[in-house]
Amino acid sequence: MSPVSPLLFLILVPIFSALLVMAGANPRFTAILGSALNVLFLLAVAFFYNPAQSGFQFVSSFPVVSQLGIGFTLGADGLSLVMLFLSVVVTLAAVCVARAPLENPRWFYASILLISAGVVGAFASVDVFFFYMFHELALIPTFLLIGIWGSGDRQAAAWKATVYLATGSFILLLGIIGLYLIQPEGSRSFDLRQILSSAQAGQIPDSPAVYLLLLIGFGILVSLFPFHTWAPQAYASAPAPASMLHAGVLKKFGLYGLIRLTVPILPESVQAFAPILLTLLACNILYVGYCTIAQRKLDLMLGYSSVMHMGYIFLGFVALNQVSLTGASLMLLSHGLTIALLFALCGEIRERVGTLDFSELGGIARATPKLGLAFGFAAMASVGLPGFVGFAGELLVFFGSFASGAPQMGFLNGKEVFGFNGYQIVTICAVWGIVISAIYMLRAYRRVFMGPLPDRWSRLSDLSGFPHAAIVLLIAVMLFFGFFPQILVNLVTPALLLP
Amino acid sequence: MSTQTAPWIILFAPLVSAALILLLGKFSKTLSASLAILAALTGCVLSWWLFNQSVDAKMLSHTWLSLGPELNLTIGISLDHLSQVMLLVVTSISVLVFIYSLGYMRDEEGYSRFFAGLSLFLFSMLGIVLANNFMMLFIFWELVGVSSYILIGHYYSKDSAADAGKQAFIVNRIGDFGLMLGILLLWFGTGTVIFAELIESIPGLATAPIFLTIACILIFMGTIGKSAQMPLHVWLPNSMEGPTPVSSLLHAATMVAAGVYMLARIFPILHAVPTACEIIAWVGGITCFAAALMATQQSDIKRILAYSTISQLGYMVLGIGVAPTSDVAMFHLFTHACFKCLLFLAAGSVMIAMHHEVDMWQMGGLRKKTPVTMLCFFAGMLALAGCPSTSGYFSKDLIIEWAVVKIPFLGWLVAAAAGLTAFYIFREFLVVFFGKARSEHAEHAKEQPVTMLIPMLVLSVLALLAGFPFIQDHFFKLARPDHELVPHLLHPLLYVMFFGGAGLATMLYFKAQKDPISIPLFANRLYIDNVYFWFVRNIQGGGAAFLSWADRWVVDLLVVQVPSKLTWACGFALRFLQLGNIQAYAFFFGAGVVGILYILIFK
Repeated sequence: MSPVSPLLFLILVPIFSALLVMAGANPRFTAILGSALNVLFLLAVAFFYNPAQSGFQFVSSFPVVSQLGIGFTLGADGLSLVMLFLSVVVTLAAVCVARAPLENPRWFYASILLISAGVVGAFASVDVFFFYMFHELALIPTFLLIGIWGSGDRQAAAWKATVYLATGSFILLLGIIGLYLIQPEGSRSFDLRQILSSAQAGQIPDSPAVYLLLLIGFGILVSLFPFHTWAPQAYASAPAPASMLHAGVLKKFGLYGLIRLTVPILPESVQAFAPILLTLLACNILYVGYCTIAQRKLDLMLGYSSVMHMGYIFLGFVALNQVSLTGASLMLLSHGLTIALLFALCGEIRERVGTLDFSELGGIARATPKLGLAFGFAAMASVGLPGFVGFAGELLVFFGSFASGAPQMGFLNGKEVFGFNGYQIVTICAVWGIVISAIYMLRAYRRVFMGPLPDRWSRLSDLSGFPHAAIVLLIAVMLFFGFFPQILVNLVTPALLLP
Repeated sequence: MSTQTAPWIILFAPLVSAALILLLGKFSKTLSASLAILAALTGCVLSWWLFNQSVDAKMLSHTWLSLGPELNLTIGISLDHLSQVMLLVVTSISVLVFIYSLGYMRDEEGYSRFFAGLSLFLFSMLGIVLANNFMMLFIFWELVGVSSYILIGHYYSKDSAADAGKQAFIVNRIGDFGLMLGILLLWFGTGTVIFAELIESIPGLATAPIFLTIACILIFMGTIGKSAQMPLHVWLPNSMEGPTPVSSLLHAATMVAAGVYMLARIFPILHAVPTACEIIAWVGGITCFAAALMATQQSDIKRILAYSTISQLGYMVLGIGVAPTSDVAMFHLFTHACFKCLLFLAAGSVMIAMHHEVDMWQMGGLRKKTPVTMLCFFAGMLALAGCPSTSGYFSKDLIIEWAVVKIPFLGWLVAAAAGLTAFYIFREFLVVFFGKARSEHAEHAKEQPVTMLIPMLVLSVLALLAGFPFIQDHFFKLARPDHELVPHLLHPLLYVMFFGGAGLATMLYFKAQKDPISIPLFANRLYIDNVYFWFVRNIQGGGAAFLSWADRWVVDLLVVQVPSKLTWACGFALRFLQLGNIQAYAFFFGAGVVGILYILIFK
């Protein structure tokens, strides 16, 4: 038994807010207040976090099933702190831009808050079992949001996402059980600290089967090619807060899990299966990238672009060195903020003009200059412009992965040889991705905001109030960490635990 | 004020002014313009001051992103002769163009946005000039691309302007793809991205010529994009959709020259690999000649100048490839900045007088209506065409001399391009300012206010005088090829080229009412734009559409439908559970998890 972790409050605040909303408090106001409170809580936690100290801090543990070594253990290190920050900031933005539906507004806000509680719980868990459970907790309200309050073919989209994610979760669960079983008998545990110390002592065999289960399970959740087709449709149908929270935060769970679990425990398998993963992630970048170019609706395009960007983070993961993993961690944050901002703006556009079809849109920056400026910032952040944190992340991924693997250039018997290894070839594809993303992002901006403004839209209202504040907040955070990425680097590098 | 702090003030003053304009611009137009001009003026004054100071090589640098010794990315200043001269060019031209913009943009919409964009551009450009390492250069390289995108798309409600901005950004990104890979490769080989350290490691690098050649060519791709060399030149003529001060400052004098400046920065590395230099020279020479050909048949006054810019940038790139010091190319960059900026400002003045008409066949006889503009254009024209003893004559001839000595074919080719240059610019001059007025607007044209004329007059003096030997010696350390090696025929030939080109244009166009010659191949820009258009539409667009179709009907089908059919077969037996709503499934899902837990505990 240990003192109560302050992280518990981060989970409880959204749950209590949800309960208050259900009990009759003003849903919008309560949700915003609760989320803002959580941001302040997190900043306080970050203030007391000691970056010089390695390992998890603010740990509290309540044994639940001691025979299995399952305990409700909370704690945070630099990486989880960054993810928690992402979660609370995106939650705040999501409740600010949320527009209460006519039917069941209480359920709507409560669902958003429950997703938030789930993701915060997942990233604050030191226990692998609860890490998994909190993720499942967050998925259920996501399905509800898509299926009930979504648009377009929402039922089909919700079903498809459910089938995919449930399958992914199931495989992941098998992987986690596998991870439990390969630990030496007697010291088996779900506690990450225990698992890591066993791994460091060399007591855990590097099992390829467990790695594959984890990779496929997490991979489906992160929309790794070819398991990505659920994502664009689901995001397009989901209401803005749901896409923001899922694409921005919840989906990062998979990559976070891979970095957390497989890098320190199963590094040899990561390297052994690198060629396959490199091929798949190259498809994420190039194949999905070109699919993105072909999209004719803004929401689908953003959904595809989010799938494409996962390829970069996978590249940072599989290259398995300090630089690339730091880059991947930075991209977890940057992509989360960027895609949340883009979906928020997409929702604002849909709210105003009622369509997201490129062929019908045009010129609305003239009527809504603030919205146009904000989307400009978001588009530039998405294409990896310097000044935004995404650039720092991409850069580190490029540098890290280019230096990974056995070099093919150098001297052989005094003669110069020149060639690229697999990591470098995929890095080249990834760098080509900056051209692809420029093509689709600028095309979208051109189609939606530029060109002549049709008369019927000359009186559109511009951004204002809470949605405006939320959007400015997201942009400010991206710029802040873009100018000062070293803060993030200092936080995440001690947490990466390279083999 | 010390030499340590001055560069930082020069660099960040425009960023501060851009941010302030963004925040305060809606209150006052005058405030926006004053802030922008103040920042530029500060930079200009400090740059001239710095130029006359002796600077110690050790400059401060700040860590931006560091992962220990293997990767340490810094923001640092390099203040040497090269960057000092470039600072002068960029800040001085900027001040003149900013002042000109006061007059040019007086009745335009988005006045504050325009000045914010210009300030952002100046910040980014100064970052490229001052960068002491490749990563910082790349950062500002990208920012320059964005400010160019913003400024080209200034009239964003116009379809053509919106398309032009997009095209410029994407084409530049193709160049940046190569630049990024080049940087990665050099870092992989040497472990550093700092220019000084890279240059120190040349002896080691020179033992791996294949590696270094590939790295240099990849980096050169950045120049091909930014400096609009073939085959990535197509964006520059379209960028003329932006307001004319933008065309003048970004797309003639400074931004497009950044590619040449970057090559000058890494000049010792390039010259460690002869193959790379040769490729650079060929790209520059061919671009120079082909763009001059295309310029001869355009009728848009700004597009003629745009093709001329491409052609002149070709000279500079060629100069990097053939001359033994980078100052030869930098000298032409310097004189070109003066006279091409001037030509664009004069063209802008004509456009305002003509109510934004750009087709020169609608003009004519403007010499009487706008005499000062005519004189300024005339001065710029002489310099561009290489009239003996003007600035362009000195700088261009030096490059041609080196080219003839090193790669004779290219030398004679660009000597011929000099003739074409004289031809196309005299053609433009005569059609615009001579002959009879060909439209209503041309008959009622008026001269422009002094805010526009003064910068033009200052630049006219520079365009005529900036090439004189005493100025050369003050700013540059030029090297001339051995007299014995330069063919005696060359100098008379260059005179013939100037007078022949000018004379031919006068004969054909002095009183022409419409173009007496028509060469569709040149008028249609050698059909290169059409090839791109076809490629983007059919190959890229078609390919992407096919992949998108495949994603929906093949990948999705294989991954989802096949397992789902199998599942359906199993599900048939479990049909009684089908309640048809998601909540129920969520419940069963949770129940399943609990079930598995149960098995685990009590197995």
